[in-house]
Amino acid sequence: MTWTAEKPIVSLKDVRKSFGTLEVLKGVSIDVMKGEVICIIGPSGSGKSTLIRCINGLNDIQGGSIFVQGKEVHATNLDKLELRKKVGMVFQQYNLFPHKTALQNVMMAPLKVLKENKTDVESRARQLIKKVRLEGKEDSYPGELSGGQQQRVAIARSLAMNPEVMLFDEVTAALDPETVKEVLVTIRELAEDGMTCILVTHEMGFAREVADHIYFTDRGVIVEHGPPKTFFDDAQDPRTKEFLGQIL
Amino acid sequence: MEEYFRQLAETAPRWNFIWMYEDRQQGKILSGIWMTLKLSVMCLIFSVVIGVVGAWMQGAPSRIVRAIVQAYIQFFRNTPPMVQLLFFYFALGQFTPFVVGDDGWSVEPIISNVGWAIVSLSMFAGAFNVEIFRAGMEAVPESTVEASESLGFSRLQTYIYVVLPLAFRVCLPALNNNLVNLVKTTTQAFAIAVPELLYHSVTIWNDYPSAQYPTMLLVFVAYVGLVAILVFGMSRWERSIKIPGYGI
Ligand SMILES: Nc1ncnc2c1ncn2[C@@H]1O[C@H](COP(=O)(O)OP(=O)(O)OP(=O)(O)O)[C@@H](O)[C@H]1O
Ligand SMILES: [Mg+2]
Repeated sequence: MTWTAEKPIVSLKDVRKSFGTLEVLKGVSIDVMKGEVICIIGPSGSGKSTLIRCINGLNDIQGGSIFVQGKEVHATNLDKLELRKKVGMVFQQYNLFPHKTALQNVMMAPLKVLKENKTDVESRARQLIKKVRLEGKEDSYPGELSGGQQQRVAIARSLAMNPEVMLFDEVTAALDPETVKEVLVTIRELAEDGMTCILVTHEMGFAREVADHIYFTDRGVIVEHGPPKTFFDDAQDPRTKEFLGQIL
Repeated sequence: MEEYFRQLAETAPRWNFIWMYEDRQQGKILSGIWMTLKLSVMCLIFSVVIGVVGAWMQGAPSRIVRAIVQAYIQFFRNTPPMVQLLFFYFALGQFTPFVVGDDGWSVEPIISNVGWAIVSLSMFAGAFNVEIFRAGMEAVPESTVEASESLGFSRLQTYIYVVLPLAFRVCLPALNNNLVNLVKTTTQAFAIAVPELLYHSVTIWNDYPSAQYPTMLLVFVAYVGLVAILVFGMSRWERSIKIPGYGI
């Protein structure tokens, strides 16, 4: 199946995922078009992280299928590297390589994985660091950066692979309130540049502002979804209402 | 100087520092020290290589590979190194091919006793190194490994560029201890007549019982010196790889 831009760039069909006997995803379907920003919200333990980790193959699935640019993620003949090049992922705990400087963190994957030329990679990495507003921090080690700064390096590190889709899993959840904003600004700029983004977030104001579409998950199913305006102002399902009532 | 020790040997018959004034004995000591040094350096290198490769193989998906590594560790860790030396040299040495020596007519085994000592002692210390590195690897957060995988690094690349550099820093103290032990254990190569420092020292004090105390003293001093060099080198290295802002 060849992928064309009219088709969803990421497509989940009836995805089921269990850890042992615990069924965490009970048939989840989501379609994401190129350039779209979607936010997944829901209570803790509802399977948001699991869902997003399935998209880049960090978790396997027990049923259904996931396609990224027309390639099935859990096919046995999947080229993992091909998938990982297309899908960038940023985690809650930044997970920078602590023994490398900010610049080296950004450069490492293009150098070692893509085997690109060092001068090209370096100039691209410096641009990315500028883009996430960390000029002057190129030679700092992660341990010398604040949480928000580390998270922005992590974003730049993912972008260095020129992904088609970015996955963000509660990337501001571990940050101080003051630094949350700087990370959100970076993500919003990315979204405005046309990057396809799938975000798990608890920042409702942000979701409302940047998302094209919101999905609400609870206990492994998508309870309700829709554009931010209808979703936030006109939720139908009682579970959604209850969740929004608690959080807003 | 020479004259002083000659005098001393006459006035104090138990303190014959024979290698201070007799060239032949001095030559033995020097060549013994040289052999000990070579043996130590070779075994250090190979045992670390074994440790690195073994720790990698312990994480292999194949159960058989893991079982082999485990069997190797159990055998070499739980049996006396001197018995291992004897076994390698006398038992395995029989099965290796023989070649014609430098003189054109004598035959000698393709792996000399020195060769077997290096193999055997490296395997002995290497078994401990595998365990040491594995403990270090366990200190590397799973999430850091996942971040690396998400960037497209293969399992081997993740090991080389991320896990190993971090694990090394964690396990340096334990590695230090094991390598110090290894340097001291090289004396056991004496059992298969490897002409290292202890071997030559024993021949000297068998020939000249009056030289026994001074020569024993010399062996102690030489090992204190060797270990000091090793520890000094390791701690300098430890400092040079210290990561700013990182706990270890
Ligand atoms: N590796 C795992 N092994 C077993 N169970 C797991 C594993 N990972 C997640 N789970 C379980 O799956 C369920 C969903 O977890 P998940 O992390 O996807 O939730 P979440 O929606 O991201 O929650 P949060 O908002 O707290 O991050 C939880 O009940 C969790 O205990
Ligand atoms: Mg989560």
